[in-house]
Amino acid sequence: MYNYNEFDSAFIAERNKQFRAQVARRIDGSLTEDEFKPLRLMNGLYLQLHAYMLRVAIPYGTLDSAKMHKLADIAERWDKGYGHFTTRQNIQFNWPKLSDIPDMLDALAEVEMHAIQTSGNTIRNVTADHFAGAAADEVADPRPVAELIRQWSTDHPEFQFLPRKFKIAVTGSENDRAVIKAHDIGIQIVEQAGEIGYRIIVGGGLGRTPMIGKVLSDFVSQDDLLPYLEAVVSVWNLLGRRDNKYKARIKITVHEHGIDEIRARVEERFAIIRPSFGGVDLKLFAEIKEAFAPPAFREASVAEYETAYKHDPIFRSWADTNLAEHRAPGYAIAQISLKAHGATPGDASSDQMRVIANLARKYGHDQIRISHEQNVILPHVHKSDLPVLHAMLKKHGLATANIGLISDIIACPGMDYCALATARSIPIAQEIATRFDELKLEHEVGDLKIKISGCINACGHHHVGHIGILGLDRAGVENYQITLGGDATENARVGDRTGPGFSADEILPAIERIVYAYLDLRHDKDETFAQTYARVGLDPFKVALYEQDKAYAAE
Amino acid sequence: MPREFTPKVVTASALIEGDVVYMTSDDTWTRLLSEADVLTEEDYANLRLLQAEGQPELVVGPYLADVAIGADGPEPTHFREDFRRTGPSNYYHGKQAELSNV
Repeated sequence: MYNYNEFDSAFIAERNKQFRAQVARRIDGSLTEDEFKPLRLMNGLYLQLHAYMLRVAIPYGTLDSAKMHKLADIAERWDKGYGHFTTRQNIQFNWPKLSDIPDMLDALAEVEMHAIQTSGNTIRNVTADHFAGAAADEVADPRPVAELIRQWSTDHPEFQFLPRKFKIAVTGSENDRAVIKAHDIGIQIVEQAGEIGYRIIVGGGLGRTPMIGKVLSDFVSQDDLLPYLEAVVSVWNLLGRRDNKYKARIKITVHEHGIDEIRARVEERFAIIRPSFGGVDLKLFAEIKEAFAPPAFREASVAEYETAYKHDPIFRSWADTNLAEHRAPGYAIAQISLKAHGATPGDASSDQMRVIANLARKYGHDQIRISHEQNVILPHVHKSDLPVLHAMLKKHGLATANIGLISDIIACPGMDYCALATARSIPIAQEIATRFDELKLEHEVGDLKIKISGCINACGHHHVGHIGILGLDRAGVENYQITLGGDATENARVGDRTGPGFSADEILPAIERIVYAYLDLRHDKDETFAQTYARVGLDPFKVALYEQDKAYAAE
Repeated sequence: MPREFTPKVVTASALIEGDVVYMTSDDTWTRLLSEADVLTEEDYANLRLLQAEGQPELVVGPYLADVAIGADGPEPTHFREDFRRTGPSNYYHGKQAELSNV
């Protein structure tokens, strides 16, 4: 893992000192809220529905046990004993007091973390595939380049007042687990004739105008990467619309000007700035890469794993859903679900964080990842350690075997916390997960991703859910619109709206009707929801949703 | 014809805690909607809002929120205001927990 150098540490210390003074000036009345707001947002501090909220970046979703322990301590000391992991690999504390924020930031700095650029019109936390460094299908670990981009984009003087926020995600695999096509810039590490380079996708985004990103360049070499990215952001910085915040994101710029014109402008800009990158970035990248050297994987028997798999059905069920293929022999990627049935998606208590931290240190080469799907990953676990790991997780309510299933729901905080929300998300997720657990149907249903947003800004990624749910305020009542057939992977697709929305009471039965319709429509057990939808389209689901409903009403 | 003025309260977030507060008739801030000053006249409501805006050392983002007058005083008319006076629905945190301890 990358460790801060002296420059990084001094920068964070200085920023924290500045913000401490700014908070003091706000409290003593020297600063008005209008003056203070941009300052607090630059430091990730929001004012939400019931309290302040501090959003802390977890760059490329990577933590170690020391960082996780610190997050647990912060949650306990200054919050209500839990944290909420978000769809952009951040952690949010929902209940801090303004006067405690400076101490919280100092505590974070002790483990090389901060909240800078987690808000405002800046380049936000750089996210990456949560299997980074472990995935069997990986061309290269995306974290070194994500770290390079983090360093380049942090406090970049040209990019502190962008037309709007700007989000970058990186994947090292063809199988996209980082939703790169729904980011302002998505980067895919590719190999061409033995050389590692980058496919650059631009103009993706969700929100009120969902767009799937388009390929800007199929191959940018390592030497050219930072100047190329700088050219992209620079072109948008000048061209992007500042007259209308709903049209300010780069997806609209790309849509209005066309990808070819954007490409021409980027190349023109690139030619100008390329010479100013004298190779420091390459030297830095080489150093960063060393910091992400893989751990020393051990060679050992996997007999214990095989015995447990054969004889313990609970372990087997967990292993079948929550493990992923590792690139090293004898190893597995272990996913810890933060979606226990009926729990709040993405929340972890301080105790759970500590358990995870200790397990990572003992069994996982001290590595932890947070996924955009709001789960935790121990990327490097030797299979022989899995039975004991599972037993420990089970003891602490962390062994829910539901990764990728219907109860593994992404949900934004919604109107339970968020000042922007138009309806609640969390209770809908809780109801759906609880219901399908009661029905004992979720393993039968298989791979089905439900994503819920509590407003049109789509933090819950509803557009790219197999089933997407969008909570709206319709004449003072919560109303939920459904989209079907969205896809968050390399085959990214925005879901299709089914029709009129459903009330909070009607949404769970509506989801049930969709799921039962899928079970009727699928060829066999191996045809996933996404495949069935691709084959049959929206119509049979519409019938199930709306006409079946009428049939019941008529009875 | 101008729309009829509906009853309002002045509400905001407390500067330090960030939680929901309401203006009372004696110029203090309360955490209980039932203790809020109900404003039934438009000009007076706007004046009270101005007075609230003049207290940036105490509150953030004051605005006028619609209420209905119930048996126990003002009641929210919109679900957002109902959540603000209660707290989140996933945990027993916020107002619902704090006020029951009083």
